[in-house]
Amino acid sequence: MQKQKLVLVGNGMAGVRTLEELLKIAADKYDITVFGAEPHPNYNRILLSPVLAGEQTVQDIIINEMDWYEQNQIHLHINKKVTKIDRKNRIVFAEDGTSAKYDRLLLSTGSNPFILPIPGAELPGVVSFRDISDVEAMLDASSRYRNAVVIGGGLLGLEAANGLMLRGMDVTVVHIAPWLMDRQLDEPAARLLQQSLEAKGLKFLLEKQTGALVPGESGRVCAVSFKDGDSIPADLVVMAVGIRPNTELAESAGLYCNRGVVVNDTLQTFDPRIYAVGECVSHRGVAYGLVAPLFEQAKVAANHLAEYGIGRYTGSLTSTKLKVTGIDLFSAGDYMGAEGTDAIVLSDPAGGNYKKVVLKDNKVVGAVLYGDTTEGSWYFDLLREGTDVSDIRSSLLFGQHNLGDSGHGDPHARVAAMPDSAEICGCNGVCKGDIVKAIRDKKLFTLDEVRAHTKASSSCGSCTGLVESLLAVTVGGNYSTAPSKKPICGCTDHSHDEVRETLTRQGIKSIPALMHFMEWKTPDGCNKCRTALNYYMLCAWPSEYVDDNQSRYINERVHANIQKDGTYSVIPRIFGGDTSPKQLMAIAQIAEKWEVPTVKFTGGQRLDLLGIKKEQLPGIWKELSEAGFVSGHAYGKAMRTVKTCVGSQWCRFGTQDSTTMGIKLEELTWGSWTPHKFKLAVSGCPRNCAEATIKDFGVVAVDSGWELHVGGNGGIKVRATDFLCHVKTEEEVLEYCAAFMQVYREDAHYLERTAPWVERRGLAYVKERVVDDAEQRKIYAERFYESQKYSQDDPWKARGEGVDAHEYKPMAILS
Amino acid sequence: MQTTNNQQNWVEVGRIEDIPLLGARLVKSPKGDIAVFRTQGDEIFALRDKCPHKGGPLSQGIVHGKKVACPLHDWKIHLDTGLAVAPDEGCAARFPVEVRDGLIYLSLEPDSSR
Ligand code: SRM
Ligand SMILES: Cc1cc2nc3c(=O)[nH]c(=O)nc-3n(C[C@H](O)[C@H](O)[C@H](O)COP(=O)(O)OP(=O)(O)OC[C@H]3O[C@@H](n4cnc5c(N)ncnc54)[C@H](O)[C@@H]3O)c2cc1C
Ligand code: SF4
Ligand code: FES
Repeated sequence: MQKQKLVLVGNGMAGVRTLEELLKIAADKYDITVFGAEPHPNYNRILLSPVLAGEQTVQDIIINEMDWYEQNQIHLHINKKVTKIDRKNRIVFAEDGTSAKYDRLLLSTGSNPFILPIPGAELPGVVSFRDISDVEAMLDASSRYRNAVVIGGGLLGLEAANGLMLRGMDVTVVHIAPWLMDRQLDEPAARLLQQSLEAKGLKFLLEKQTGALVPGESGRVCAVSFKDGDSIPADLVVMAVGIRPNTELAESAGLYCNRGVVVNDTLQTFDPRIYAVGECVSHRGVAYGLVAPLFEQAKVAANHLAEYGIGRYTGSLTSTKLKVTGIDLFSAGDYMGAEGTDAIVLSDPAGGNYKKVVLKDNKVVGAVLYGDTTEGSWYFDLLREGTDVSDIRSSLLFGQHNLGDSGHGDPHARVAAMPDSAEICGCNGVCKGDIVKAIRDKKLFTLDEVRAHTKASSSCGSCTGLVESLLAVTVGGNYSTAPSKKPICGCTDHSHDEVRETLTRQGIKSIPALMHFMEWKTPDGCNKCRTALNYYMLCAWPSEYVDDNQSRYINERVHANIQKDGTYSVIPRIFGGDTSPKQLMAIAQIAEKWEVPTVKFTGGQRLDLLGIKKEQLPGIWKELSEAGFVSGHAYGKAMRTVKTCVGSQWCRFGTQDSTTMGIKLEELTWGSWTPHKFKLAVSGCPRNCAEATIKDFGVVAVDSGWELHVGGNGGIKVRATDFLCHVKTEEEVLEYCAAFMQVYREDAHYLERTAPWVERRGLAYVKERVVDDAEQRKIYAERFYESQKYSQDDPWKARGEGVDAHEYKPMAILS
Repeated sequence: MQTTNNQQNWVEVGRIEDIPLLGARLVKSPKGDIAVFRTQGDEIFALRDKCPHKGGPLSQGIVHGKKVACPLHDWKIHLDTGLAVAPDEGCAARFPVEVRDGLIYLSLEPDSSR
């Protein structure tokens, strides 16, 4: 069959990204032709600012070299502007007469800088800031002239002014509003920004309206005159007063435009054969001017062009940063605060710090940060997720750090200041220098790409934030703000939430059926999505779902932990950490009989038998189970341990019997599968010897009953628990625990521990279900008890008796 | 390779059904441990049971498509070539396999052609 023809008009960031996405999923579907008005291959427009400032070169910012087009058999026409679309015969024509036929057409014509309609606007020496030729013109002027005037004190204007100043020019920024960046900043933040830029040497004229640009003797611009009669010298004028979607071509072809080419949620224009993405587009009345949303559009358009037809683009939230070295500002959402909103403000002008978070109905709707922007990404997450912040309102301004997250405070500023030798990823020993080099040399854009090429952040993930910051610092702009919807993995565009909702709503009870229904891109998924799907099925259909062993990580598949040499470890459950000589002797005898190389106390109050060969496992389990032990699930995304202290049985301070409480909790919860591992602890008094306040569910006994705590984590990022509530009886502790676990099991994403989950959802979400409404609590607890009916038969006993025997024996032993 | 088939010594190691779909089994041999994989489409592949990264036992990994994810550090290895999925680099030796009447035959001479 002949390939269909796809023509792209506009060889820029959004258009070519769409091609990249398309090639990833349907490499052979189209015969592709690209027209670009500029004489360059596709480059990273964002980085024009660092090029102007002398921090990078034009060669550095090329994204796809000419041979990329060749390798992918794309016919590239550079330096050819398309001027006509014949929709009836489906042909596009370029200025020089070159033509191309299409079955599908993709418009990505970007936008045009807005030029003020004033006398002199067309003079030599007047430029805009949009493409490589503009930068070349500015560099040329900076080497020959002294005075530059930038009209427009927004993002682009300030980046242009900063660059020209670094190139040695005397720069004045003229702005019509009372303060700089009035589209992103409120007045106090803008004043701080202005002060720092003045300290660097820039000059500002605010609330000034430009009247005309005045030519000198040579015919080149020589001055700017204002409506109030003033004038200042200018050998170079940069107009940076805004952009207009470039709809000229679309309009001439009769496509409906209204401040942008109007598209639907699959990025199709009113002619369904014609797609449009990028800055030229108007989607649900919004035209975007930052790359993050454009890349989301690219993904959806590619998906539709590939005829998968499942992705939809529903709009994006954006946040802003300024790329001027040494200046940190962040702005997102409703930064001014409309009626019905509250603003929490911290203002320290002398210290160069300003923070404002705008709230509406206890949700973050906007934020402006100047100076310390550490928390920007956190506020942006809260904003995107719509998290209820009532419980953290009082400490919101002090940052996530203050909520007990002492892991990695800031990303951006800290990362920028690190030396190249600083180790970013402890698991894989990757330094900052390695990552930056890979991002530059290999033109990496996304976290996944950095993971694939450097391994950084591909293991425990604790350095993900740092790597994202490095991407943002190195690549510039908004790369750190991943799309609001994260797909589970590369096998699908669907998010965890969408998949869960679909499988429950449609009653889908097998992984292949779900993959078929949701149009997975790979035939049988990968280890990432299959393990997640297996958990979601198990959680949704506890009594019916047949666990898919081949979608379990090895540890869960064979119920033991694989070690670095391929042997396994076995940790029998010791309820509440409370043991007896008889139990200990049994373990000792078994360890001796099987010549177990290492026996070790774990950090979870039990014994670990390490170095066991796979074929020995069923035999050891049989004996352990005859001695009364069950699996400790030390290998699972499952309930792990309940740590306890001695409590009132022995301790002179103990207020309640914490050991017995712990045993009861462990008897209730053992065997349950959870999105990530789940740990509990019970302390007998507030001295808290069992460390209950860094557990997923922690219980601290007090005179009047029990305090319940949730969302703690002692691992990679320490997080102290949030206090959930106080209860009086043991029965209540058990019921609240069951309900909490069930809410977590049903809502969290696979591999999301309670700590990040509580932060994402907000404590209020948890309280509403577990504390405030007794009826709901009982329903959740009931569902937990029900699912426990099917998960509390001991996997070790079963395997000791022969289940899955093939797992533990070689298929053949040849001699 | 078709031409070398006759010279190869094929050893029977079991039936297709002995390996779970999307799974693997271990064969112990005088030439070391060999992992034998079965894909969704019942294709059978055999590789040395040693990940090119740090020697992880590939027979314990998760099989998807024509790849296996190593259980130790999650490198992905192509079953048909033994090569690590780029950008990782390395390769696990391939052993020729044949399936006749549902029986799997293995040759203990690693295949050096790529
Ligand atoms: C055996 C043990 C170390 C020991 O000798 O004491 C251990 C061993 C491992 N831990 Fe742990 N952790 C052990 C207690 C802990 C504790 C202490 C505790 O539970 O009180 C923590 C911190 C508390 C917490 O989880 O909040 C702990 C935090 C981790 C983490 C970080 C989790 C996090 O959310 O940040 C990982 C990595 C992961 O899960 O991704 C981890 C992962 C591991 C793994 C599974 C690494 C791996 O993937 O192979 C180790 C398995 C070794 C094995 O085969 O047995 N281990 N690990 C402890 C077993 C306890 C038990 O009886 O089950
Ligand atoms: C200096 C600067 C700094 C920026 N900084 C940031 C930042 O920090 N963060 C951020 O997110 N965004 C930033 N942006 C914005 C970002 O670069 C744009 O949002 C993005 O490039 C838009 O992509 P696009 O594909 O829609 O348009 P473009 O990248 O402009 O591509 C459109 C291309 O189409 C070509 N074209 C137009 N009409 C035709 C035609 N008829 N025939 C053939 N070709 C045609 C144009 O020549 C152009 O090459 C910055 C922009 C500039 C100029
Ligand atoms: S047992 Fe835990 S802390 Fe120790 S090396 Fe393994 S994962 Fe790291
Ligand atoms: S040993 Fe296989 S990935 Fe490390």
